[in-house]
Amino acid sequence: MITFEDVVKVYPGGATAVDHLSLELPTGKITVLVGPSGCGKTTSLRMINRMVDPTSGRILIDGRDVTQQDAAQLRRGIGYVIQHAGLFPHRTVLDNVATVPVLLGKTRREARTAALGLLERVGLTADFAKRYPAQLGGGQQQRVGVARALAADPPIMLMDEPFSAVDPVVRAQLHAEFLRLQQDLGKTIAMVTHDIDEAIKLGDHVAVLRTGGRLAQFATPRELLAAPADDFVASFVGRDRGLRSLSFDSAAELPVRPVDGIELDDAGRPVGLPGVFTKDDSLRVVTDLVISSPGGVAVRVGPDGAADGLVSHHDLADYLASRRS
Amino acid sequence: MNFSYLTDPAHWDPSNPGSIPNLILSHLGYTALALLIGAVIALPVGLYIGHTGKGSFIAINAGNAGRSLPTLGLLMLMVTLLGLGLLPVLIALTVLVIPPILTSAYAGMRNLDHRVVDAARGMGMRPWQVLTRVELPMALPIMLSGFRNAALQVVATATVAAAVGLGGLGRLLIDGLAVNDYSRVLAGAIVVAALAVLVDLFLALIQRLIVSPGLKGS
Ligand SMILES: Nc1ncnc2c1ncn2[C@@H]1O[C@H](COP(=O)(O)OP(=O)(O)O)[C@@H](O)[C@H]1O
Ligand SMILES: [Mg+2]
Repeated sequence: MITFEDVVKVYPGGATAVDHLSLELPTGKITVLVGPSGCGKTTSLRMINRMVDPTSGRILIDGRDVTQQDAAQLRRGIGYVIQHAGLFPHRTVLDNVATVPVLLGKTRREARTAALGLLERVGLTADFAKRYPAQLGGGQQQRVGVARALAADPPIMLMDEPFSAVDPVVRAQLHAEFLRLQQDLGKTIAMVTHDIDEAIKLGDHVAVLRTGGRLAQFATPRELLAAPADDFVASFVGRDRGLRSLSFDSAAELPVRPVDGIELDDAGRPVGLPGVFTKDDSLRVVTDLVISSPGGVAVRVGPDGAADGLVSHHDLADYLASRRS
Repeated sequence: MNFSYLTDPAHWDPSNPGSIPNLILSHLGYTALALLIGAVIALPVGLYIGHTGKGSFIAINAGNAGRSLPTLGLLMLMVTLLGLGLLPVLIALTVLVIPPILTSAYAGMRNLDHRVVDAARGMGMRPWQVLTRVELPMALPIMLSGFRNAALQVVATATVAAAVGLGGLGRLLIDGLAVNDYSRVLAGAIVVAALAVLVDLFLALIQRLIVSPGLKGS
């Protein structure tokens, strides 16, 4: 667990970057710090690995004050990923990934062998090992950055806008892989972004900061969408938060009507429909289907793909209304 | 004016102390010594200024001052103060190579991608490790280009050694002029120019070998 205790950071020159921040980042979870540019996200993150020391207050990792620890030693135990990957241009991809294990005393050979396995984990083939960062695309560099941060298997990862320098298609891909990786690894992750959608998609918890470095709300993404603490959070979260909050609600309880008027094949599967949903999908998926399907109905299918129910505009509206009361 | 001096085999006989190969050797000797001493002085200073940003005006003005200082004049001054010998020559040539080496070491450090250096620190490298494993290798291309510049200048200028009675390829120029042997002067000019090209090629080769392929084209 990473604990911020009443942390203040005032830079020389007078700018208060972080103002009395108290926060707990739970072990094994992704906590996203989000807020407008200049609100102190990067500063908060960098106080965890002592790249910045607080003016007052304390930051504890599992109860130990970080400022009581040797900075270099502390950092070797914390993965650090930054926006433009910050890869060493003069080292091959493999040697970039091997950096921290070598610092920790592993031989170059051992470190390289382990690094090769990590490249695979982040979705890069062994062909990339001998290349130099300049020969990679932005998304590939970012993967190497993640592999490099993971190399010494640190329990904690700090990620400062790790996905913001890549195009939206690559970003979505990296998001999916990142979540899959985290499912396996269960790291304690502190991530910074200015993109609220990214925060909601990736965070187990989200800390919304406002300009001046004050915490506006700390909540799960679902709570954030359902109950923003104030107007600032509400406007930052955006006007379509109602629709987006549906992505946290399962369609399992949604009542369906009997299948009727839909063309089915021999196995009972719907024919010629763009999309169907299952009980595992969210209400947002169903809403989208209802809105976009020609007949205004969404078809539910079972595990075998056979249609087992229909949902219309009205059914969905009634269900959403009934949840409110 | 003709090439007879240059093409006469007797002038290439190494057993003759005044022959061209021996003059080349002493010429290269002055050059290497001046570069070595210059680098020992200018590299740490340039790196320090570039790293800390303290005293940038020194690095910036060193370049201009160096270009405007007449080496021959400085050499004469040194001879007046110290008498004849190798020392005044080395001082004059060292003063010549310091500005390009210092300025390029400074520029190499100043132009580092601070995000990469920041990442190095963030991963737990200590200051000395950041310097030797990240900053220096990244600054190497710019530093070496300054060193090549210095080498070219000093190869051309080391001819002044002959003006105060020492050896080197300047002998061909000075002695040739003294006896109106323009074929010898021409030989001196050609060999100096050829040597400059060869030294630069040699350093280019070194640069290829020690600069990471990842930094090529940047
Ligand atoms: N090294 C620094 N020196 C002085 N002021 C800084 C420094 N780093 C950040 N700041 C200021 O602190 C505030 C917060 O910056 P930062 O933590 O980078 O915000 P964010 O990451 O949310 O954009 C900004 O006003 C910024 O200008
Ligand atoms: Mg930032």
